[in-house]
Amino acid sequence: MDSGPVRRRLWLLAWLAASLCQQAAAAPAEARAAALLQLLHKDCGACHGLSLKGGLGSPLTPQALAGKPADSLVATILNGRPGTPMPPWRPFLSEEEAQWLVQLLQQGSAR
Amino acid sequence: MAGSTLATGQRTLARLLAPLLCLALAGCASTPLRGTGDLGVVIERASGSVQIVDNSHAQSLARVQGLGDLSHASVVFSPDARYAYVFGRDGAISKVDLLTARLVQRVEQASNSIGGAISSDGRVIAAQNYSPGGVKLFDADSLALLASVPATTGANGQPSRVVGLADLPGKRFAYALFDADEIDVLDASTPTAPKIQRFAHIGKQPYDGLASGDGRYFIAGLYGEDGLALLDSWHADAGVRRILAGYGRGRQALPVYKMPHLRGWSIAGDYAFLPAIGQHEVLVADNRSWAQVATVQVLGQPVFVMAEPGGRRVWVNFAFPDNDKVQVIDVPTRQVIKTLQPGRAILHMEFTARGDAVWLSSRDDNKLLVIDTASFEVRRTLPALEPSGIFFSSRASRMGM
Repeated sequence: MDSGPVRRRLWLLAWLAASLCQQAAAAPAEARAAALLQLLHKDCGACHGLSLKGGLGSPLTPQALAGKPADSLVATILNGRPGTPMPPWRPFLSEEEAQWLVQLLQQGSAR
Repeated sequence: MAGSTLATGQRTLARLLAPLLCLALAGCASTPLRGTGDLGVVIERASGSVQIVDNSHAQSLARVQGLGDLSHASVVFSPDARYAYVFGRDGAISKVDLLTARLVQRVEQASNSIGGAISSDGRVIAAQNYSPGGVKLFDADSLALLASVPATTGANGQPSRVVGLADLPGKRFAYALFDADEIDVLDASTPTAPKIQRFAHIGKQPYDGLASGDGRYFIAGLYGEDGLALLDSWHADAGVRRILAGYGRGRQALPVYKMPHLRGWSIAGDYAFLPAIGQHEVLVADNRSWAQVATVQVLGQPVFVMAEPGGRRVWVNFAFPDNDKVQVIDVPTRQVIKTLQPGRAILHMEFTARGDAVWLSSRDDNKLLVIDTASFEVRRTLPALEPSGIFFSSRASRMGM
């Protein structure tokens, strides 16, 4: 009975934490952001399609990525997926930059 | 009476002649007669357009727009080299008239496609599709659908992505199924009822294919293992065999930031030059026994490995992050004799029909380079919007292109 408000407060905390985590993917500086978007559309696009609707690589549209945990998508970008043609991009991207790209992709604002 | 008859006669004559006169004038006003043998098509990937170019004079003639998503595109030509069929990423086939520089027809035949081929008799266009996976056949004149051949894998018939589609002699096409480890040969003699011969377990994850210039062999590159799969179409009943197996020799595979493309002229004299995958090497095989003869160390992951038409040298471009460089291999000595740094993101190379010049596309510098193959000097650069593939009409009379 008493746990109602506590539970609500917990939910609020969880929500706050989640939104903080989302904001953790800070946007890179303007020039770097432009370079990353170029990389996304041109080089990721070589397999995933210029419009990211997929090809030999899977689609990267918000619909296709819906419900997938951002962390695992970031890990896929940085480490690749063994057994598939997806290579590790860690030599070219920082963790924060990969997080930023995943956020853009999941929001459908990667243009 | 006689006068009015004369006047009527003159009016009739004038009426008859007027359209002829218009035609004659229009004929004079438009471009003079010309052939198409030295024309080509350059894909401008971001703007959904193509340029029509003249490779005798190294100039651009026109831009044709409205071709959709060309982030990956390939082109085949009608046997008369008048029409280019452009296969776009969005599954559309666009038929472009090289002489009038117009988009004459466009069909959206799949949602996600990678390329196509034209039959040996020039009557049938085949498109290979990722989504839904399979091959579709179209009438080359009307682009009307003739047949749809699903490519499936497993007991539940999961669709497979189709890669490496190439024409073989006798109205046949060969292709590989990325998700099903299979090579199929399609006989389009009756294009509304094609016959399929299937070869299973050819090797893991075929990612592209090529037909030899004589149309005898079809080779699929394998992503999932070190090696390639070879079908000798003269002896198709003998099945598909593995060639160049284990070329990595247990070494750690390097990351591949762009998949190699096999299609092109990679057969030079007695040898086939093929990109290794996950190794910074070009593999050299004897083109009859298919035994590995040598490897040539190159500076990055090869994408296109293309022999000059004369077969004396082989040009190689590379995947990201080495895609600003091109290397040239001397065939007799199998040595890299030249490293060029012609521009950022060199995506494709195309030789003029007899190899005097090679055209390169530099996507990130928005230019085309015309390079003299004898001196390696840049003869000319031409502006282009994020150019990728370059396709010359001399492909019209070649098999496997």
